[in-house]
Amino acid sequence: MLTSSIIDQLKAIIGPENVATDRQDLLCYGYDATQMEFLPDAVLHPGSPEEIAAILKLANRENFPVFPRGAGSGFTGGALPKGGGVVLVTTRLNRILRIDTENLIAEVEPGVVTEQFQQAVERLGLFYPPDPASLKFSTLGGNVAENAGGPRAVKYGVTRDFVMGLEVVLPTGEIIRTGGETYKGVVGYDLTRLLVGSEGTLGVITKIIFKLLPFPEAKKTMLTIFDSIDGAARAVSTIVGNKIIPTTLEFMDHATLQCVDRRFTLGLPATARAVLLIEVDGDPELIEKQTAKIHEVVKPLGLVEFKVAKDAAEAEALWKVRRLVSPSLRDVNPNKYNEDIVVPRSKVPDVIRSIERIQQRYDIPIVNFGHAGDGNIHVNVMIDKEIPGMEEKAHQAIEEVFRAALELGGTMSGEHGVGLAKQPFIPLELSPVQIATMQSIKKALDPHNILNPGKMFPA
Amino acid sequence: MDPLKRVENELKKCVKCGACRAHCPAFAALQREPAVARGKVALAQHLLKGDITLDDQTYTAMSKCLLCGSCVEKCPNDVPTDEIVMIAREALAQQRGLTTFHQAVGRVIRNRRLMSFGALAAAILGPLFFRKVPATSGLRLRFPLPFIGTKRHIPQLARTPFLARHPEVIPGEPGKPRIVYFVGCMTNFVYTEVGEAALALFRHLGCTVIIPKDQQCCGLPAMSGGDLATVRELAEKNLAALEKYDADYVMTACATCGGALHKFYPALIGKKHPELAERIGAIAAKTVDAAQLLQQLGFRPGGTAAGDELTITYHDPCHLRTRNITRQPRELLTAAPGVALTEMEGADKCCGLGGTFNVYHYETSLKINEAKSAAIERTGAAAVVTGCPGCMMQLSDGLKQRGARTRVMHTLEVLARSLR
Ligand SMILES: Cc1cc2nc3c(=O)[nH]c(=O)nc-3n(C[C@H](O)[C@H](O)[C@H](O)COP(=O)(O)OP(=O)(O)OC[C@H]3O[C@@H](n4cnc5c(N)ncnc54)[C@H](O)[C@@H]3O)c2cc1C
Ligand code: SF4
Ligand code: SF4
Repeated sequence: MLTSSIIDQLKAIIGPENVATDRQDLLCYGYDATQMEFLPDAVLHPGSPEEIAAILKLANRENFPVFPRGAGSGFTGGALPKGGGVVLVTTRLNRILRIDTENLIAEVEPGVVTEQFQQAVERLGLFYPPDPASLKFSTLGGNVAENAGGPRAVKYGVTRDFVMGLEVVLPTGEIIRTGGETYKGVVGYDLTRLLVGSEGTLGVITKIIFKLLPFPEAKKTMLTIFDSIDGAARAVSTIVGNKIIPTTLEFMDHATLQCVDRRFTLGLPATARAVLLIEVDGDPELIEKQTAKIHEVVKPLGLVEFKVAKDAAEAEALWKVRRLVSPSLRDVNPNKYNEDIVVPRSKVPDVIRSIERIQQRYDIPIVNFGHAGDGNIHVNVMIDKEIPGMEEKAHQAIEEVFRAALELGGTMSGEHGVGLAKQPFIPLELSPVQIATMQSIKKALDPHNILNPGKMFPA
Repeated sequence: MDPLKRVENELKKCVKCGACRAHCPAFAALQREPAVARGKVALAQHLLKGDITLDDQTYTAMSKCLLCGSCVEKCPNDVPTDEIVMIAREALAQQRGLTTFHQAVGRVIRNRRLMSFGALAAAILGPLFFRKVPATSGLRLRFPLPFIGTKRHIPQLARTPFLARHPEVIPGEPGKPRIVYFVGCMTNFVYTEVGEAALALFRHLGCTVIIPKDQQCCGLPAMSGGDLATVRELAEKNLAALEKYDADYVMTACATCGGALHKFYPALIGKKHPELAERIGAIAAKTVDAAQLLQQLGFRPGGTAAGDELTITYHDPCHLRTRNITRQPRELLTAAPGVALTEMEGADKCCGLGGTFNVYHYETSLKINEAKSAAIERTGAAAVVTGCPGCMMQLSDGLKQRGARTRVMHTLEVLARSLR
């Protein structure tokens, strides 16, 4: 519990209007997209890195935990104040500080919403490719802390690939800069890379320098329908094998298609068993050629239909199939666990087959879709929390899904991180020495275990 | 907490994804989680569980909603946050009693004498501004009393209310549709030209237009305060008034009134009072927006004497947008001779009025409005056109405060020009 003296000191640092302790506020900052809930003792809305530094220094002195939070759209509970403490919200740090069109870099504060940043750079003909499905509401700070990915990762990479430098308040309250504004730079350890994806356990990100690209001249969207999951999966490796890296290669399995169709009547052919949504971008002539080539090479793989969008409206219609997935799932069961395993591209059919077996064994519906281009599959375990015993069964099924992914040389999380949700499973993937190494880094930076304690590793 | 039981299942649908953060105008202005749909849903869940009480903080959080329905429209799980907020407000009103302001709102909008034709006009004849309106009159309470005389711009009242100007039944050609017109307070007392335009357009089409004299306020001001008893009383009276003639359509040219008849009566009154549900459903099924109906009846804005050139931009009123009436007004407007439409950025974003929201949260309402006015100005259009007299008032306030010269017009006014 925070004493009233600590609350007063916090108020002195950031202003009383930026310290919330009403129960209503606490309840509103105790959840995220995992739907787990833990109540903080106070919610702080700091307005500058210096204020954050002062808060962390106070936390070290008075020994209370601090939980950084962006939009609270995380899928693993990373921002949740388990055990109590203060939630530190970055919403007020929401300025795009500069967009440098000469050097193609931008500097932003962490509370900027991803889509707003994208739109701002696009207005200048530039491009920030990372596009998590939560981009309309998640923050850039949250994206960096989780190393968020999205459908364009196949071609452009994930958030990490665009972070050139950071300003960070360390858990002990010092402010440092990492990386910088140059592409090259080899002096010292790469702290930027260490901090990206650190899930708010190693520092509070207060500024981010992003690399930008020119906005691609044109794009083409196509929907390819296959009569088997193998056909779709082989299509992915065949396309890449033909030296075409599409911008996106989104995949939906039979169960997913059925879900969407039940609600929205897609009018897919009866033989459709899997769908790939493919997009290529770049030079208009090149993408014409690529589109033709893709059609040619996937034809022999059990292709049922190949639709190419003629214009933006048609492209949107094709994307709609993908976008409808999420709202359709709840018809299967009201609650879901959304896991985001990754396997090597070629292993996608194998892992899907393993998941089908797991689903039969546990008799729980599992719906798979995701980013086939990088082997990142969203495994949606659909449950009804009201049915006794189903939740427990789901947990076991999920563990088996992780094991299946790991056996195929994959990982149990491609984008959502570990947080609280995957913490119990971390020893499945990491060796004791790996875990100990990571914990010693945490200890060195955060000797009093003030910042986001209890996440990633057991407390 | 009893009222919330009615939405217990709806409350469970929220998965806390946060998608509503991108669409909630209250959140955009306030940037605090209790202001966003997700937060309000969470608070309603905890209210139901009994973890929090109906104290001032709960009251404040629940008051920060414009009932614009943006969240409902974009929520991947169809969580009806607007309905949940209204029901939470009902619970608040039941347990804490209504605020003096909302008590007054209820008293006034229930007052037949004030709302029925002529009486108000008689009481306030003259070149009146709101500040000169007697304190007991409906309009001073319906609209932001505490700010009158500050920076807010308030429209002038009509000398004679719309309902006082016309007979109850205006016969049309035989065989043509019979339309009951639900006028609404704003059109009746302030923007009577909207009513005149509606009349002209539907008479032009040969329709019989019926304007029941005993129609009342739709009740939205009371609804937004959680005073469902008043809403029920008004709903019953309105049902009686609208049922009296066996018409083909119940037409409104006010998005808010349309929203009340079409959506909020069924959701709030129908579910709570099953004895009224069928009648409410029947009226809801007949309720159409004027633009929607014009298009359905094949109206073509044409004519030779179209009038001067007019550049416009169109603002989507929330309560039309959430009923999917966005295409019809645009199609009609662009078909009108001499009219050129330029889309503004965020045409579908709420203007910030939100019923009594703008009484309690005027600064926030203004902030939402500022973004809107700026977007309107950037189009360079001579007029901003919309389908809700409530929005018209809010938009003029915002534009005037910026010193913009942009006119504010109703869709029907623009269309009626082509009849000249
Ligand atoms: C519908 C939906 C779709 C999604 N789709 C994707 C997707 O396609 N790809 C993907 O990768 N993720 C996805 N996510 C997950 C989530 O949106 C991302 O993890 C996102 O990056 C989280 O951002 P946030 O601002 O909400 O962070 P929060 O949830 O608030 O926090 C996430 C973590 O970041 C830390 N953090 C936040 N800000 C800072 C900061 N300034 N400094 C240090 N640490 C900080 C927190 O402590 C926490 O550990 C999705 C989520 C939802 C609900
Ligand atoms: S109300 Fe809808 S959009 Fe908002 S958090 Fe809940 S489920 Fe998500
Ligand atoms: S109705 Fe509008 S203001 Fe209210 S919570 Fe939903 S989006 Fe926000």
